[in-house]
Amino acid sequence: MQGSTVDSGQTALNYQTEAIASGHHGEHPDHRIFGVIMFLVAESMIFLGLFAAYLTFKLNTPDWRPEGESELELLLPGINTLILIASSFVLHQGDSAIKKNNQAGLRIWFGATALMGAVFLCGQIYEYFHLPFGLKSNLFASTFYVLTGFHGLHVLFGLLLILGVLWRSRKSDHYNSEHHFGVEAAELYWHFVDVVWIVLFTLLYLL
Amino acid sequence: MAQTQVPPEAAKAAHATGNGGPEWRKYISFSTDHKVIGIQYLVTTFLFFLVGGALATAVRTELATPQADFVSRELYNSLFTVHATVMIFLWIVPAGTGGFGNYLIPLMIGARDMAFPKLNAVAFWMIPPGGILLLSSFFVGAPGAGWTSYPPLSTVSGQAGEMIWILSVLILGTSSILGAINFLVTIIKMRMPGMGYNQMPLFCWAMLSASALILLSTPVLAGALILLSFDLIVGTTFFNPTGGGDPIVYQHMFWFYSHPAVYIMILPMFGMISEILPVHARKPIFGYKAIAYSSLAISFLGLIVWAHHMFTSGTPAWLRMFFMITTMIIAVPTGIKVFSWLATLWGGKLRLNSALLFGMGFVSMFVIGGLSGIMVASVPFDIHVHDTYFVVAHLHYVLFGGSMFGIYSGLYHWFPKMTGRMLNETWGKIHFVLTLVGFNMCFLPMHWLGLQGMPRRVAEYDPEFATINLVCTIGSYILAVSTIPFIINAVWSWIYGTKATGNPWQALTLEWQTASPPPVENFYDEPVLWSGPYDYGTDLLQPGEDKSVEELLAEVNANPG
Repeated sequence: MQGSTVDSGQTALNYQTEAIASGHHGEHPDHRIFGVIMFLVAESMIFLGLFAAYLTFKLNTPDWRPEGESELELLLPGINTLILIASSFVLHQGDSAIKKNNQAGLRIWFGATALMGAVFLCGQIYEYFHLPFGLKSNLFASTFYVLTGFHGLHVLFGLLLILGVLWRSRKSDHYNSEHHFGVEAAELYWHFVDVVWIVLFTLLYLL
Repeated sequence: MAQTQVPPEAAKAAHATGNGGPEWRKYISFSTDHKVIGIQYLVTTFLFFLVGGALATAVRTELATPQADFVSRELYNSLFTVHATVMIFLWIVPAGTGGFGNYLIPLMIGARDMAFPKLNAVAFWMIPPGGILLLSSFFVGAPGAGWTSYPPLSTVSGQAGEMIWILSVLILGTSSILGAINFLVTIIKMRMPGMGYNQMPLFCWAMLSASALILLSTPVLAGALILLSFDLIVGTTFFNPTGGGDPIVYQHMFWFYSHPAVYIMILPMFGMISEILPVHARKPIFGYKAIAYSSLAISFLGLIVWAHHMFTSGTPAWLRMFFMITTMIIAVPTGIKVFSWLATLWGGKLRLNSALLFGMGFVSMFVIGGLSGIMVASVPFDIHVHDTYFVVAHLHYVLFGGSMFGIYSGLYHWFPKMTGRMLNETWGKIHFVLTLVGFNMCFLPMHWLGLQGMPRRVAEYDPEFATINLVCTIGSYILAVSTIPFIINAVWSWIYGTKATGNPWQALTLEWQTASPPPVENFYDEPVLWSGPYDYGTDLLQPGEDKSVEELLAEVNANPG
């Protein structure tokens, strides 16, 4: 539209009244969710960078898993993976509940998710203590610990977000069917952590 | 978070700093007003620019003579390392995006503030601690591995300083990511009704592209720095070949950020120049869509050319061909911009004030840097001049000649809007002449130094290069002196300068439709989008004709359509 006068019907705006109608700009729920998505894009890029580094190390190292080192035990991380994937579905029930104004439902489902997240973290710590290699054993070991550890920190942060939602939902009117940005943000973050784990699990354990 | 009807007065109060003290107090407070934050960014980063400039002058003083007689070699390494880090992470990136972006974007799109005002303040307040942390490294042995911090060098020398470097870059990177999220959401979601993407001022397009680059590339640097800090502290061997690691992986991750970083630095300046040239040439911008979309093209291409910094790192030949070709293709969107700017100036009624002088300085200096950029993009030539002063000359023409001239141009153009006072034109012109002369005297001879093979990052050099180096050093002193008229001018004019009207340049973008300086929440009444941002010389405004916005509005209302 360069060089043309914009249609005056379009521009005789009612900007001010609209701004008032939508409250103040800190409170546009759609903007905030979009902001969270942008944040998750940035987070994904950190993981993508680390995955690319991992793959490069792996492809350029002739004996990636050093001689005599057994394959990774799959049972515990496998169960952990299932728990994490399941927790995403459980969490989504909580989001659906609050959209129907069911606050008890929100608390139950989010509580269950928090429990599953905690189990995942405990499982990871247990695994760390029983692995046959340490952080500095070899390049594979170093990348393994840094990648899973970095992801573990994200699980911990997601867990804190969920606990924060639970804490706030004590007040029965804090979240309702129209205002539940915190719930949605925590849910998005948790799904993101979950998806990253699926890629991570495939790369580190299965390939 | 109940949505209640907020009266405008209450909404304004939500943004007031609330300390009731004198006016200047708001600039050292945790304000959430995007205009305050923008000025906080500009002033803080300008102070860091003076620090970086002082470090650069020390580097040039050392190089005035072939012997290492001014500082020790270790200190010399730290000087150029911290100089580069300060200039990039504490001056050009935060001044261009954080400073001008914060100040101008909401005004230009008719919004009352950024999408996330508190996040905005948080992003700014990460800058001073990050910067002070970096400078404090001089007390424990500053980093000396260059601003690239390549391992294994960075993991064997000056560990404390190196760790401080990593921490401060992580802090500054986080700040810039938070800022980018804010810009993306603001530009995409908060444009006033009636303003489509193709009615946005070009600065918004540029910031959109730069923010996307920040969002996609900065996190990868964070990943690299996490691995590097493990190597430093824990003793892992990600980048240490003796333990099976690979230092080239660091280079890939580093340049995946740091190549796009040059576009993060230059894109806001491209946007600003696209605003400034048409206003002072009194002509519509030539090729609005071409300039807008070429910003996006530069963003995209910028993400896939990083390995052209690594032609001598043992990169396979087929890969070097790919990166050489994609790098050269970037010249196309950049050239589109330059030709559009020239066509805008062509036949315009130029008002040769400081803003336009710096703007034209920007275009000319950036073209020189761009041409030497094409040269180093070609693999054979790059191998010849790799790590010589030719590269130093090229990058300073792009970053100093480009970004610096752009920032100065923007400061002269928007100073009346930001402070409500006009800058003194005579001082501005003295500033321009000194900058132009000092800059070219300092960096132009470096092309010859590089072609003759003088390596960069060394404190001692062959006496045959002595004369040219002396010329460069004298140029750097002129450049250092050139900031003095600007500082005097800015401080004096801010306090005593002529009062500026709302629209002293008779510009058409929205930020000029409000008072100078704009009130909290930006607009007293709703802004009116009555024309494209660059309609100088259309039916409404003939070339050379200066009308106030009120007159133009009256004219539009008299015969709508």
